Amino acid sequence: MPTTPRFDFDTHDGTGTLRLEGDWGVHTLNAVEPSLKALETDGLTRLEADLSNVGRFDTAAAFLLDRLACRAGLESVTITHGSESMKALVAQAQALRPGPEEEAEPKQTFGLVDLLERTGRSTMRFINEGLDMLAFLGDTLTSMLMAILRPARMRWTALVSVMEDSGLDAVPIVGFLSFFVGMVIAFIGATTLSEFGATIFTVELVGIAVLREFGVILTAVILAGRTNSAFTAQIGAMRMYQEVDAMQTLGLDPMDVLVVPRAFAMLIMTPVLTLVAVLFGIGGGGFVSWVALDINPTVFFNRLQDTVPLQHFWVGMSKAPVFGMVVALIGCRQGLQVGGSVQSLGRSTTKSVVQALFSIIVIDALFAVFYMELDI
Amino acid sequence: MTERIAIQVRDLKTAYGPHVVHEHLDLDVREGEILGVIGPSGSGKSVLLRAIVGLKPPAAGTIDVFGEDVTGLEGDALRAVQDQWGILFQDGALFSNLTVRENVMVPMKEHTHLSKAFMRQFADQKIRMAGLETSAGDKFPSDLSGGMRKRAALARALALDPPILFLDEPTAGLDPITAGGFDKLVRDLQRSLALTVFLVTHDLDTLAATCDRIAVLGEKRVIAVGTMSELRSMDDPWIKEYFGGPRGRAAAAGVM
Repeated sequence: MPTTPRFDFDTHDGTGTLRLEGDWGVHTLNAVEPSLKALETDGLTRLEADLSNVGRFDTAAAFLLDRLACRAGLESVTITHGSESMKALVAQAQALRPGPEEEAEPKQTFGLVDLLERTGRSTMRFINEGLDMLAFLGDTLTSMLMAILRPARMRWTALVSVMEDSGLDAVPIVGFLSFFVGMVIAFIGATTLSEFGATIFTVELVGIAVLREFGVILTAVILAGRTNSAFTAQIGAMRMYQEVDAMQTLGLDPMDVLVVPRAFAMLIMTPVLTLVAVLFGIGGGGFVSWVALDINPTVFFNRLQDTVPLQHFWVGMSKAPVFGMVVALIGCRQGLQVGGSVQSLGRSTTKSVVQALFSIIVIDALFAVFYMELDI
Repeated sequence: MTERIAIQVRDLKTAYGPHVVHEHLDLDVREGEILGVIGPSGSGKSVLLRAIVGLKPPAAGTIDVFGEDVTGLEGDALRAVQDQWGILFQDGALFSNLTVRENVMVPMKEHTHLSKAFMRQFADQKIRMAGLETSAGDKFPSDLSGGMRKRAALARALALDPPILFLDEPTAGLDPITAGGFDKLVRDLQRSLALTVFLVTHDLDTLAATCDRIAVLGEKRVIAVGTMSELRSMDDPWIKEYFGGPRGRAAAAGVM
């Protein structure tokens, strides 16, 4: 167990003398640091330190002693008694003194100016992000068009592999969650509509809600969480290990190799997943209607066919490829923005999921307005 | 130089599943020396380092640090012996979300009760000690060059004045001038702070410039320990090739 450091200090004819005792190490120094700092050192012309009773003495202690001398405006601390290694440590501390300008505390900004500056920066970042996104969209669309015109350039293996990873493998979770959401809608409908004795309208509620909105939105949200982040992480990791740079030097266009297959895969698979979501969602609604409302499946589906026009299905499906593209574009773009550090990978992944969810909801709202104007 | 043994490894066995890395490995690191550890790729140099500092629990054998058994310690007991050493990882392993100064302050904050202001000044002192400008303290690790990152990591390793320093490939990936500067820094700090250094390296120049003794790993154990000239006169084919090759001769010529 180290002993607590202690010191005596007296001055005589401008010479300050410190007599140190105990272990002066980085773990024990907190006992003497404040009192040593509070010492009156004005007017000293010489500072002596007697280290003969000191046990452990490390760089922290040497730094502390030298700081005292530095504050008193002295060249050095004179070690009157002490081992050679202690003297060497103090000499080292003295040699490493900071320059006068280096001691200043960093400036911190507060207040209105800072607020305005940050607001401006955020706004500019938001605008630039939007512009870059549009540029990337254009870039991707051209590359996709080129791939269609020259199918030999298409990476078929990559396309099929992405379709499996982010399409087929997502079927269970999309189906499962849609089934539950369908059930929830039916329950809400049942409890509210039963007050009016109109429980049979649950069928319309489930049909329209799932076909038009929930099927596609749910699919898009799941893809934004599952596939979009995966795209960013995959491409981001490739950027971190300079694989994308290597690709470019080998004459491969990252747009063709990385982005186009993912964009096509999502374009194809999102409608398929949406169809799965719609089927399971209606299934969930039908299940609750049957169990809780005694509407048997035959009645349920007959009524669905009679009262819910097919156009609702097409409205929902029309949004699917758009959301698929959003997920693919944002995921790939954020992946390509990753810099050299692990941190930027994490930041890009977060950003990518947030942007994808934001865009999906906003675009869905725009679609709603658009179709309302068209009276569909 | 005293003959006290800083690190004593006896009959060490480490294994990853069925793959045995070390078996019956004995090694002594004397207090106040720089021991270089070399060996072919895959001979388990870094694993040995990890075993000594407790990151890879050994399957058998004992490791003593300053006469105290540190094998398989956990919790507070492990924490107490961790004060004995600082480690410089291969790529620095600086915390990327903290500035260099904050990185150096991490061990101080966790394990001492110093005042914030003193800690800050002392961290700056350590940064200068590692040969960086004080202004580098405000930078993030990603803003630093490879050599500067290594120096910053060294400042963090030395933050609590440990008597033993572990260096894992300190000069890998540095240009010869930067590497030479780092070698000199290690040598100077080792002298002024009386450190015991355990140095894993591939760099012949580093070996020649810094190490007091060299341990050669191979066949899952230490096959030879000695000064560079002692090793040079040995018959082992790998050692012969290592030191006798063009690079080995050049490094030796640089020393003489």
